[in-house]
Amino acid sequence: MDIKYVAHLARIGLAPEEEQKLGGQLQHILGYIEKLNQLDVSNVEPTAHAIPMVNVTREDELRPSIHNDEALRNAPAKANGLFLVPKIVE
Amino acid sequence: MLNELTISEAAARLRKKEFSTRELMQSCIDRVKQVDGKVKAFLSFDEEDALAQADAADKRLSEKAAETTALTGIPIGIKDVLCVKDHPLNCSSKILGNFRSVYNATVVEKLKTAGAIMFGRLNMDEFAMGSSTENSAFFTTKNPWDLTRIPGGSSGGSAAAVAADQVLAALGSDTGGSIRQPAALCGCVGFKPTYGRVSRYGLVAFASSLDQIGPFTKDVQDCATVLQAISGIDPLDSTSIPEPVPNYEKSLHGQIKGLKIGIAKEYMVGGLDAEVNAAVQKAISQLQSLGAELVEVSLPHTDYAVATYYIVATAEASANLARFDGIRYGSRVEGADPIELYSKTRGVGFGPEVKRRIILGTYVLSSGYYDAYYLRAQKVRTLIRNDFIKAFEKVDAIVTPTTPTAAFKIGEKSDDPLQMYLSDIFTISCNLAGICGISVPCGFTTNPKLPIGLQFLGKPFGESTILKIAHAYEQTTNWRKEKPLLKG
Repeated sequence: MDIKYVAHLARIGLAPEEEQKLGGQLQHILGYIEKLNQLDVSNVEPTAHAIPMVNVTREDELRPSIHNDEALRNAPAKANGLFLVPKIVE
Repeated sequence: MLNELTISEAAARLRKKEFSTRELMQSCIDRVKQVDGKVKAFLSFDEEDALAQADAADKRLSEKAAETTALTGIPIGIKDVLCVKDHPLNCSSKILGNFRSVYNATVVEKLKTAGAIMFGRLNMDEFAMGSSTENSAFFTTKNPWDLTRIPGGSSGGSAAAVAADQVLAALGSDTGGSIRQPAALCGCVGFKPTYGRVSRYGLVAFASSLDQIGPFTKDVQDCATVLQAISGIDPLDSTSIPEPVPNYEKSLHGQIKGLKIGIAKEYMVGGLDAEVNAAVQKAISQLQSLGAELVEVSLPHTDYAVATYYIVATAEASANLARFDGIRYGSRVEGADPIELYSKTRGVGFGPEVKRRIILGTYVLSSGYYDAYYLRAQKVRTLIRNDFIKAFEKVDAIVTPTTPTAAFKIGEKSDDPLQMYLSDIFTISCNLAGICGISVPCGFTTNPKLPIGLQFLGKPFGESTILKIAHAYEQTTNWRKEKPLLKG
């Protein structure tokens, strides 16, 4: 596993010593997971949910939702009823 | 002491006005103040808020007796993964900062409607990832039976708080055993409902196809009472299932004659501690003398469950935990652009196990590896599920040990994630198959004295059957009456 690349995909910044430790542990775990290759699954359907699921819809009508102040209550940075984020577009 | 009562005992005596809810609540608060410095089950609690809820329950008991339930005035501890409006919520992680919930989880809403008191925030492994609470970003909860040992996890705080009589019951969540394993290791009853039986709205998601909320209690009757209150379809959770909720307490009549109980040979092998095995075998004989018919069943893919789980669960976790990005809530570490902000925030905010699992989950879903890992795991999940479907054609329930060993020492497995994962070997398949399971006490090891748990696995929506069997067994034993000494 290219730990630097996967950590970037996951948006997790790792210190170099963390990269090394995690990388070794993950290699060990992946080695264990290899045991799934012992099974022939060529004619097996995958299971995403163990209990059959159906689409759930509701009437398209107004109902109360969380107020703007409440939605922003836990924000690390906010202004004018909005979340503040770093500059995205120049 | 009032805090030592079961829910059914307390409810009966509250109704007879032998004591008030305030006195019951105060008794739990006093107990927490007295012992939690040692046990460390609670991340926090709000005394004033708890007593205000108790006063409201007292008012309801005296003025509107007809609108009360068995849970009115009962203090229930809450795992730090469930939203209680205006209470803190951290998932035992640093990344959530000073987060306070803006709404109630459906289970909390239901318990509040029944009149229960939501008391405190109980410690857990960070984001429910772990089997010992050692992955909590704050501290490790201690096993009340031996303070040098882990209480199990991830819902270790919930199990320890019930075992140490700090609350009458608690809620936890179970993704691969996180209710049943700590219940077994702390000597209380823990229940993982069928997938879709209990609404997950307001539960911080770890692995959405595996997570379920369930109760920790001091006996099976209380378990049925809490499960009854929290079960049922919820328009706010599209994965909750429109299956009628039976009256669970009605099934607790002790009659299990003629019921077929399966013994899975794959669960009685390698790594099983001799004392655990002896206790489980004794319990199985007890079931037989109660009239149950024992049937050998085979779950041939058991050995693949841990590997399957660590692909499915980490893949789902990598998606679910993407929301902790420092934008809308929690702590933030600033960066020059959004990607730097996310990476720094998550690099600082998540602990090692959460990072390990998100990275593993990201890897198994990444381009070029999806088929080899994730898709293959989903197919093996089908095989595991089919094992259970086949077994349940022959039996009403399956009995197993809950864990291969009693509680291990703090630090014993914390440097070896794989060894830690393998301690969940008997509980993981249940979540992959979406079925229900319960752990009840079935004895103790001798030196040191540590609880041993017995697990019953039931069919989808077979909650009544496993409650019935667990209750019938429990009533022939006195394990639940033994109390931990809170010593190391």
